[in-house]
Amino acid sequence: MAAPLVEIQHLAKSYTRGGQAVPVLSDITLDIHAGDFTALMGPSGSGKTTLLNLIAGIDKPDSGLLRVQGVDIAALDEGALADWRAAHVGFIFQFYNLMPVLTAYENVELPLILTGLSRAERRDRVELTLSVVGLADRMKHYPNELSGGQQQRVAIARAVVGDPTLIVADEPTGDLDRVSAADILAMMQRLNRELGKTIILVTHDLNAAKAANTIVHLEKGELLVSA
Amino acid sequence: MFLLKLVLRNAFRHRLRTLLTVTGLAVAVLAYGMLQTVVDAWYAGAASASGTRLVTRSAISLAVFLPASYETRIRGVEGVKRIARSNWFGGIYQEPKNFFPQFAVSDNYLELYPEFVLAEDQRAAWLRDRKGALIGRQLADKFGFRVGDVLPVRGTIDPGTWEFVVRGIFDGSDSSKVTSHLLFHWDYLNETMRKSGRRANFVGVYLVGIDDIDNVAQISTSIDAEFRNSLAETLTESEQAFQLGFVAMSDQIIAAIRIVSYVVILIILAVMANTMAMSARERTSEYATLKAIGFGPSFLALLILGESLLICVVGGALGMALTFPAAAFFKNVAAIFPIFAVSGGTLLLQASCALAVALVAALVPAVRAARVRIVDGLRAIA
Repeated sequence: MAAPLVEIQHLAKSYTRGGQAVPVLSDITLDIHAGDFTALMGPSGSGKTTLLNLIAGIDKPDSGLLRVQGVDIAALDEGALADWRAAHVGFIFQFYNLMPVLTAYENVELPLILTGLSRAERRDRVELTLSVVGLADRMKHYPNELSGGQQQRVAIARAVVGDPTLIVADEPTGDLDRVSAADILAMMQRLNRELGKTIILVTHDLNAAKAANTIVHLEKGELLVSA
Repeated sequence: MFLLKLVLRNAFRHRLRTLLTVTGLAVAVLAYGMLQTVVDAWYAGAASASGTRLVTRSAISLAVFLPASYETRIRGVEGVKRIARSNWFGGIYQEPKNFFPQFAVSDNYLELYPEFVLAEDQRAAWLRDRKGALIGRQLADKFGFRVGDVLPVRGTIDPGTWEFVVRGIFDGSDSSKVTSHLLFHWDYLNETMRKSGRRANFVGVYLVGIDDIDNVAQISTSIDAEFRNSLAETLTESEQAFQLGFVAMSDQIIAAIRIVSYVVILIILAVMANTMAMSARERTSEYATLKAIGFGPSFLALLILGESLLICVVGGALGMALTFPAAAFFKNVAAIFPIFAVSGGTLLLQASCALAVALVAALVPAVRAARVRIVDGLRAIA
């Protein structure tokens, strides 16, 4: 069997609150393979977003092993970690986190600014990606001119345009109505099935989690069951 | 290119806020420039003083006159090339608010002041007319005086109404020269005083032309040594030091003006710093998102610094541009200073202040944005 894309062993993380260390994750061991669509489920405070942040390289564990594609990302310094994220991770946030002063096209182009691609190459990729998410006709629209669902689709386009190794999505349907949420989940399934993207989804909604192939339950910072 | 686009769009994201900040900056830079111009105007006389002219006056006070007989002895001091007499007249033309300086001077006075340019025929006409007067161009323009006009001036130090006939109008060799005064014959003043049985043969100050600027100290010492232990000891100093002595009388006012000008900049710095801090705080989650995507801390710092610079450059340039019409308006309306021109130094100071405000105001928000932890930033609510 191939080596896992994400390899986690005995991972622990705590935060300091009021001068006291509050454990958030304890002894997490988990493998995620390339092409997986994994949902991290659990109630508020269970540590699912923290685990996602660690995997995405925007936070660092206190102890344990965390390798992504064989790279010990916990050992990388801030600069190297930023470069690693730019090359390997696509982010989808609950509140879309689009730049309000940039158009849909410019928002999707953002990750490509950091690459060596020419303007023409960037344009081709952005236009193609926006077509994939069904927003070819909304390229020049600013986020405030788009619905929530459309904004999240722009965010998905931004996450995949750089062809990352991993896509992390933190409650991507949390701010959407039922129809838009279903639309977004279907799109993520397409990305996983048709393009083979590895996706890690954080949600507390079982219906959303069902879109994934694997559901990992967390409670009080501990891994309960893998389904 | 992308950075510039983001800076531009962020700067005009809240148009009203940006407009108000730019307006505040423009007003502050304008006020600073005007106050600096007032200070410059105060020093204008000293700035245009010649290094090769000395002023010899009574060591006791300017109000104490020196004997006219000193002229020959001063002329004999080594290094002295020329000497002229000058008495402050202090008369009133029509009413006190029309104040302008008047001096009774010896006929060779203009030989010491080559920076005052007078047509030869007008000089000759003045020399021929005992009651003749020469007036500066700024004075002529202010009151509309022309050659041939008779100016009745009521003496305050030397009583009576004195009538002077304008025989010439002299210009400054450049715009920095003050030409807002009237000159008339010292002999006319002296004879009139003698006839009326009052003080005569006394001189307010001697203006001494010397051969070399390097000899100022030595010649000054020699002149004063000539009259040491006499009844009227002298004090000789360079013309610039003499002028600065007058400025020093108002140094408290000048200090206050300077302090106010710095306070103006401090206030706008606080306003600008608040604007930048507010903008950066509102965008914390955006900075975190950019960081998550892979943009580095330096990019975020440049983003904030660029926005601050843009606002300050626009506001500063506007304020600097407005300083010129404001100074011209002030000069016409207030008419206190004969020279009230915005100098290159003032423009440089204005630009430096705007730049300093931009850098200082952006410093803390830029450092904070660069240091923001992504996980904290993503949770931030604008």
